[in-house]
Amino acid sequence: MTAFFKRLALLLVTMLLVTALAFAAFTVIPADPTASILGMNATEEQIAALRAKLGLDLPLWQRYTTWLTDFVRGNFGTSYRFSMPVEDLLRPRVEATLALTGLSFLLIVAVSLPLGLLAAHKEDGLLDRLVTVCGQVTMSIPNFILGIGVIWLFALILGVFQQKYVPPEDGLWAHIRYLLFPALAVALPKTAMTVRLLRGSVLGELRQDYVRTAYSKGNAPRAVLVFHVLRNAMIPVVTFLAMTIPDIMAASIVIEQLFGIPGLGQMLISSIGNRDYPVVQAIVVIAAFVVVACSFLADLLYRLMDPRIGGR
Amino acid sequence: MNTLRRALLLLAAAALVLTSLCACGAGGTEPTSTVPATAQSGELPTEDPVEATAEPTAEPTPEPTPEPKRNSVTVGIAQDLDSLDPHNPGSNAGTSEVLFNLFEGLVKASPDGGVVPAVASDYTVSEDGLTYTFTLREGVKFHNGAAVTAEDVLYSLNRCAGSENEGTVLVPAFSIVSAVAAPDEKTVTITLTEPNLEFILSVAEASIIPKDSGSQMATDPVGTGPFQFVSYTPQESLVVKRFEDYWGTPAKLDEVTFQVYLGSSNTSAMVMALQSGTLDMVIHMPNTMAPEIGTDFTVLQDTMKLVQALYINNAVEPFNIEKDGVKVGELIRKAMYYAIDVPAIIDFVCDGAGVATGTSMYPAQQRYFMPELAENYAYNLDMAQELMSYAGYPDGFDMTITVPNNYEQHILTAEVIAEQLKAIHINATVEQVEWGAWYQDVYKDRNFQTSVCAISASDMSAREMLVRYASDNSKNFINFKDADYDAKVAAAQTTLDQEEQISLYKEAETILNEKAASLWIQDLCELVVLDPELEGYTFYCTYVLDMSTIGFKA
Amino acid sequence: MRRHNWYLRLGCLLTAVMVMFSLVGCFWTPYDPSALSSTDRYAAPSLTHLFGCDSLGRDIFSRVMQGAGTTLSIAFAVLLLGGTAGLVIGALCGYVGGAADALVMRLCDAVAAFPSILLALVVLAVTGPGKRNVILALGVLFIPSFARLVRGEFLRQRELDYVKAARLAGVRELRIVFVHILPNTLPVLLSGVTIGFNNAVLAEASMSYLGIGVTPQDPSLGYMLSEAQGFLMRAPWYTGALAGTVILLVLGAGLIGEGIRARMGDGT
Repeated sequence: MTAFFKRLALLLVTMLLVTALAFAAFTVIPADPTASILGMNATEEQIAALRAKLGLDLPLWQRYTTWLTDFVRGNFGTSYRFSMPVEDLLRPRVEATLALTGLSFLLIVAVSLPLGLLAAHKEDGLLDRLVTVCGQVTMSIPNFILGIGVIWLFALILGVFQQKYVPPEDGLWAHIRYLLFPALAVALPKTAMTVRLLRGSVLGELRQDYVRTAYSKGNAPRAVLVFHVLRNAMIPVVTFLAMTIPDIMAASIVIEQLFGIPGLGQMLISSIGNRDYPVVQAIVVIAAFVVVACSFLADLLYRLMDPRIGGR
Repeated sequence: MNTLRRALLLLAAAALVLTSLCACGAGGTEPTSTVPATAQSGELPTEDPVEATAEPTAEPTPEPTPEPKRNSVTVGIAQDLDSLDPHNPGSNAGTSEVLFNLFEGLVKASPDGGVVPAVASDYTVSEDGLTYTFTLREGVKFHNGAAVTAEDVLYSLNRCAGSENEGTVLVPAFSIVSAVAAPDEKTVTITLTEPNLEFILSVAEASIIPKDSGSQMATDPVGTGPFQFVSYTPQESLVVKRFEDYWGTPAKLDEVTFQVYLGSSNTSAMVMALQSGTLDMVIHMPNTMAPEIGTDFTVLQDTMKLVQALYINNAVEPFNIEKDGVKVGELIRKAMYYAIDVPAIIDFVCDGAGVATGTSMYPAQQRYFMPELAENYAYNLDMAQELMSYAGYPDGFDMTITVPNNYEQHILTAEVIAEQLKAIHINATVEQVEWGAWYQDVYKDRNFQTSVCAISASDMSAREMLVRYASDNSKNFINFKDADYDAKVAAAQTTLDQEEQISLYKEAETILNEKAASLWIQDLCELVVLDPELEGYTFYCTYVLDMSTIGFKA
Repeated sequence: MRRHNWYLRLGCLLTAVMVMFSLVGCFWTPYDPSALSSTDRYAAPSLTHLFGCDSLGRDIFSRVMQGAGTTLSIAFAVLLLGGTAGLVIGALCGYVGGAADALVMRLCDAVAAFPSILLALVVLAVTGPGKRNVILALGVLFIPSFARLVRGEFLRQRELDYVKAARLAGVRELRIVFVHILPNTLPVLLSGVTIGFNNAVLAEASMSYLGIGVTPQDPSLGYMLSEAQGFLMRAPWYTGALAGTVILLVLGAGLIGEGIRARMGDGT
């Protein structure tokens, strides 16, 4: 249990560092937000008043602690551009991005697990070779090129995909059906990587002594593969999958822009253009929190799965 | 061993099939054709209209909103709205053309570039040109159901003139308003400090809103236009619906969604959206996209009613240099004008369909447009090089062209110009920025060297196109300073003689060309792409998108 | 084992061809890649223009060569910057250990917690676009992954006998770190470099594709792809040529990495 608390403490330290980095980054930016709010013809008094209102006249550490406590309470500040609370602006967008990221993640798991096992099951078989070669090529395609391909094939040639975002309010099923196409573009390269890793991991485990022992004890091959090998082979895969989440999010940002999905990525890019720093700051911190939380969960899973790591 | 293998294969296959099934699942009920745009418009062929009306709340079908007959359209626009407040001084043409459908002034823009009575049924101008008297129309209602009163009108006009907001004039032309008054319930007068023939055109910009509603405009806009506000999601869409109590001819469509397409590949995204049936209409589509759009749409060609130019900041080096009485900056600007090949640019960017302007005026403004100015700087590299040498820059210099990244035509133009300027050793770097950053840095803060963009006018007055370049005008983002020009523009604004005004403005235009205040290029060519089932698109001489006349063919 | 050599060989061959193609593109192209031609607009691929021409009549083959050169040079510069800094930081952390190591690693964790493209976009938004800024932004973001990789290897090597022997013999610490241990971490580093190379190419391409990357003056493959996408129907060969080049570049490095890992014995 101490190990768990140690990890938890580490998680909190990392998150604190993340917020400090994000805060610092947007404090050293030379542009003064007052100029973009008030415009050029503002008087000195107007600027001073606004600076006081925004709390820009306080010392740095005080601004950081205020900002952090507000942030923890779910108060992300006010968007300069849209004059509305950042949290209201971002809520539907967080949902869209998380839905895309989550769906891509599920796709990766759902396709790569059976494929990886099959490939490993008959090493150097036809399927194995096919998966290896195709995987290597798929890994090399940038997500946005895949995205262009998906749009070209499904929207322009086959006509089964309408390139207009379907929000969850229009029905969960329609929403998921829409998101499947961009998710495909996000998931494919990572699927190929997971397949390769799982295949390698399973093959490595199959050569271990305990497998031979298990066979010799008369266990059914299927039982050995599923109950013994898979459990051990999954350990590096789970770690890898957790590590891919930042990549999936990054890919989602690019793909959102391509498909016109109103998610965090699109908001981020236009907010950068609009110098809407509270929004950019919030998006960066949210993304980082998701990533840190995922790696924490992966670590827990890892401990649960691997009996050799003690201290539970 | 075999069973396991089969089981795993099945699992893999199931995952894949599931994926593709989801992909095609709901597609079955839709007309699956490569040209869904044609198939989808009008009545949905798979649905019986009678049955649908008889049972409007039927069991959920794959279509999200089962409708008896589609009477709403989605329009693609290339930028987000700057604000929903019709008086917001920072809003650009792309915003006001959309808001045109929600708001009206005492008068409103007409297709020929003039104005027609709107909230006012009639108006008269006094002999000295100083007093405008408007008679309010009977039975005009706001979207919230309240009738328009003289108080509302006074509030709106005062807000535009600045007296409601700490003196900030929201509609620039209203800076010459000295008083507004309501002698009785049905009459409103505006008094000016100096006469101005074009003032009435600007009255169209002073949208009438309910009294004391200014602060709510940005989130809950209420006007008197043919459409009323439904919802706005930043950077996504603006949804409006027909205003049933509209005083004039009601709009044909039930609902219009303005869908925002941002980013550097938004044009191709809109084309794909058209082809997949997501969009029914796109305005301001570059005409070079015509082959991409194909033949399944109604494609109307038009000029954009704006002036695209390499706008030069006259207040930064080397464009501001004056040495020993020699205007070096002006020489350089002229050299650059000679070095760029305008007809070639028009070929590259508009397939030759744009119109060279030569100054800050576009052909649709027939009264003022001077086509001959476009011939003054015919492509002449020798002349250009000579001017550069004379100016002391025989080896050129480095410069930056800042371009907003959501308009492909401007990016292309900048690339062509950068290439052409190499001939006189000017090393131009094209820098693409987000629309928001461009608007802030280039247009508002004037923190730029050169920029390719376009300036348009919301009415037929010369104010947006010419008066803005007066030295101390707040919209003079190129920092052009010329005493002669200021005098001409000032005189043109106050004269009461139409002919004299036209000739003064023409002289001002000529100065802009002679001094090469910027490298004026062209009025771009654009396409309006419509679903073939739609009809009734109206061309305006100004930057207006009138959705009220558009409807599905019977 | 045979098949893994095949990976390495094919990867080296592919990479060599692509690098040659791009290197040549830095100095010489069949046509001036920015020369306009009003007669060749949207020309289809032919013997005079292998990949056809774009909307301004520019030769696509020349542009792809130049773009590959830009992309490649950015990727190399990013690797050099991130790799060197990561190497030094990782080596010192791994060898010294203690509180300093813990602090630096936490910082690395914090930086790595941001999805890299997201952070690079934010950095570029502040510094402005351009080749140099792209290199700086990506280079700095690549430091943590290299540092972690090197540190892990150093932690392992530090306890090996040859290091202990060197220490007993009184060799200076810095010399142990950089002369004795460093060469032994090379295989791990090499496979890290191939992954890093691919990530750099992909990150740069994505950023430039989004319009927050290089300027049109240094057109990289990603930038040109955003351009090409506009006439997917009118000149599909443009998108095809660019996409193919990016994929081959990444594929080559990927195969090499695969080959190296297979040799080291943890690939299968």
